[in-house]
Amino acid sequence: MTDVSASTDTSFRPSMLIYDRRYRSLTFQVIVFILVMAAMWWLISNTITNLASMGKTFDFGFLFQRAGYDISQTLIPYSADDTHFRAAVVGLLNTLLVAILGCIAATILGIAVGVARLSKNWLFGRLMTVYVEIFRNIPLLLWILIIYAVFTEIMPAPNAYRGDDPAWSMILFDNVALTNRYTSIPTLGMTNDPGSLDLGARITFNWATIAFVVVLIGGWIARGMIAKNAQKVQNRTGFRPTTWWKSLLVMTVPSLFLIWFFGLHLIAPALKGFNFTGGINVSNSLVALWLALTLYTAAFIAEIVRAGILAVSRGQSEAAFALGLRPKRTMNLVILPQALRVIIPPLISQYLNLTKNSSLAIAVGYMDLRGTLGGTTLNQTGRELEAIVLMMLTYLMLSLLISAAMNVFNSRVKLKER
Amino acid sequence: MSDTHAQTVPFVRDTMLPAAQPPDNQAGAVRWLRENLFAGPVNSVLTIAGILIIFFLVTHFWDWFAHSVWNASSLSECREIISATWGPDARGACFAVIRERWNQLTFGFYPSELYWRPTMTFGLQMIALAPVLFATALVIRRTVLVITAVVTLAAMIALGSPMIWLVFAAIAFAGGIYASERNVRWLVPVALIYPLAGIWFLWGGSLWTPIFILVGPALGWVAWRILGKRLPGVGMFAAILVTILFWMILAGDAANDAQNLIPMSIESVRSDRFGGFLLSVTIGVAGIALSLPIGIVLALARQSDMFLIKSLSVMFIEFIRGVPLITLLFVASLLLNYFLPPGTTFDIILRVIIMVTIFAAAYMAEVIRGGLAALPRGQYEAADALGLDYWKAQRLIVLPQALKISIPGIVSTFIGMFKDTVLVTFVGLYDPLKSMPDAIRANIEWKGIYWEPFIFVGAIFFIICFAMSRYSMYLERRLQRDHK
Repeated sequence: MTDVSASTDTSFRPSMLIYDRRYRSLTFQVIVFILVMAAMWWLISNTITNLASMGKTFDFGFLFQRAGYDISQTLIPYSADDTHFRAAVVGLLNTLLVAILGCIAATILGIAVGVARLSKNWLFGRLMTVYVEIFRNIPLLLWILIIYAVFTEIMPAPNAYRGDDPAWSMILFDNVALTNRYTSIPTLGMTNDPGSLDLGARITFNWATIAFVVVLIGGWIARGMIAKNAQKVQNRTGFRPTTWWKSLLVMTVPSLFLIWFFGLHLIAPALKGFNFTGGINVSNSLVALWLALTLYTAAFIAEIVRAGILAVSRGQSEAAFALGLRPKRTMNLVILPQALRVIIPPLISQYLNLTKNSSLAIAVGYMDLRGTLGGTTLNQTGRELEAIVLMMLTYLMLSLLISAAMNVFNSRVKLKER
Repeated sequence: MSDTHAQTVPFVRDTMLPAAQPPDNQAGAVRWLRENLFAGPVNSVLTIAGILIIFFLVTHFWDWFAHSVWNASSLSECREIISATWGPDARGACFAVIRERWNQLTFGFYPSELYWRPTMTFGLQMIALAPVLFATALVIRRTVLVITAVVTLAAMIALGSPMIWLVFAAIAFAGGIYASERNVRWLVPVALIYPLAGIWFLWGGSLWTPIFILVGPALGWVAWRILGKRLPGVGMFAAILVTILFWMILAGDAANDAQNLIPMSIESVRSDRFGGFLLSVTIGVAGIALSLPIGIVLALARQSDMFLIKSLSVMFIEFIRGVPLITLLFVASLLLNYFLPPGTTFDIILRVIIMVTIFAAAYMAEVIRGGLAALPRGQYEAADALGLDYWKAQRLIVLPQALKISIPGIVSTFIGMFKDTVLVTFVGLYDPLKSMPDAIRANIEWKGIYWEPFIFVGAIFFIICFAMSRYSMYLERRLQRDHK
């Protein structure tokens, strides 16, 4: 008897592929796998047929041909004689430039607005609400176009700054000039230029920049060590030594020394001939794109910050006050660590959105990755397939890198549970 | 003890004093000002900053708005009117461009004698939306439907709609309102069929095409009824297979034959005639209707136990979320003829709708996944304990709660998608925000008019998106079942 039932249990019938839960998921996955493979084969074979009938091939050799077009704003040296590959790198760096500047500015503005919305001030809170709602509910493209139009239509030509009684004057202590083609900002000059480190491929870093980076990172590490030491002393004796002046010293003095050593100073732009020279002339497409991305993303970040702070229940701050913590320490030790945990993940996706939205540079003619690789290069070489695939993969890598970096950070601030 | 107490206290009041007036600075407007505007140095500075901002905005923009001209045929005429009325130095807005180009901004290049068709389409849409959006609130449903009916019929008369379509729309509205009063569930089939009807109203052509598209799922349903009883797993596959085979092999010829036999068609409109808000709303509504179900399927796939299903879903979602929408639109406009069999072409608006839909669906999937993850584990276990199979558990227990949790995220994805519809300008379609104002500025009469179209289009987008977000808040409150 027992033998019979055992044998019926183990014997395999084809109908079990559908009715037995153990096998059904396997059947289903095999079917889906076959369908996906068939779809892929269909797409690829279509592509091969189409490429052959158009007389095209799929290769990336065009990247190493002469580009032959100019890019107005570049971070690394570039000329029309360089390759399409270098043009794409220039575009990628431009994308990164506007994305990083945008993320920094949007974070600062977003936090300020988010906190202001929570303030007890009736008027200011309402104003900030109006700002957030207006910017969140109108397409980003409109903001880019409006801000660009403000620069091109309202700002004057450089010669409005000419003469003893000019129609326009420079702002920020005569350091920045707004014109209808570019915004002229001061550049940094050095009396003791230490020369540059050549990385090859005409990419150079000034030694002074490297020195500043080293000194700043070193100062940050030293500050961390001072804090750690203070913690140790506190654990041993129960009293925390005063450290703020030490931290301030290690953070600032080396930089100040370097500024003095290299003779660092600002060179304000000045009107010579028809244009401003001496400073850096930032094209208005970059300024408008950056401003629009900042204002738009900051509205979203403000909401995230507000929601994060509201998510910490009142009991937490009341408990902290009951323990006798002062408001500032309550904020730093109790509320912020908990709020950050709520804030960081949506903040990451806002950074990602900003980076992807920077591809709207197309509307103002800023040469980012889409403008070079997905724009002029694509049109000149006629290689839509390769250019768009490469562009999508680059954006994808960028997004995955940002979210990976932020996930590491997120896992560090995450609540340590059992 | 009490004795000593009575002796040591010289006087005990035994009646209440009348309540005194609060001090002057603790009452009325003064108190409100102190508490809300001048509660401390920082607060006072903020108030003054706020007043300065408002003052700046008003002094810089008030005269421009106050001097606006609504009736002129060119920018130079506007300027003449302004300088004649308010002096030579006065500046003013020229909103006359909105009045003059209203039709272009709203309908694009849609044939002007057919303007009533989009109007009817989006009016009747409210009937189809009634069981979805306002299923539980009779008063709101009644108000919305009656107002929509009146406005739509009036607009159709004004736009010169033929009598037969006017009667059709009137009957449809009457039927819709009757059904909504009696039992709103009667309208669910309307909601399911309406997308096809709407497409037919907008693009026109033969009525037989949508009818034969509908025959496919009907045949599939028959196959499912026949096979499903005996082979439950096979039934669904068979239904899908029958539908697709019918569409691929029979539907096109059948529709042609039927059209030859009994011609039933309205004037067809090509996709390149679409533009302005008509284009945005068409893409937006289609994207919203399609992205939610696809997003739900993707989210369930991502939560699935089956490794292959899960990894395919993760790959798809992460890929779509990792690239900008513009690049996907370029794929739609430039690369699709590489991927499809030689000689296939299909409509650019349809391609854009597909791309916008999968883009929004990937975001939607992540939002819904959040809702699924937020659901307590006990809910899943309770469904298992009741002996429900996977789909029943999802349909009856998991999804209703998970979707309720994700309403804010879902609606903000909708809003984002609706705002993104303006990006179609970069693949050569006439969106209301960039291409249309550019086209208007290309005329000599309106050369150099920037701010007025921007403000108008921005205001319309603001109204629609803001209304959507308020609706989501209303829905959230309405669906709240727990006590807070």
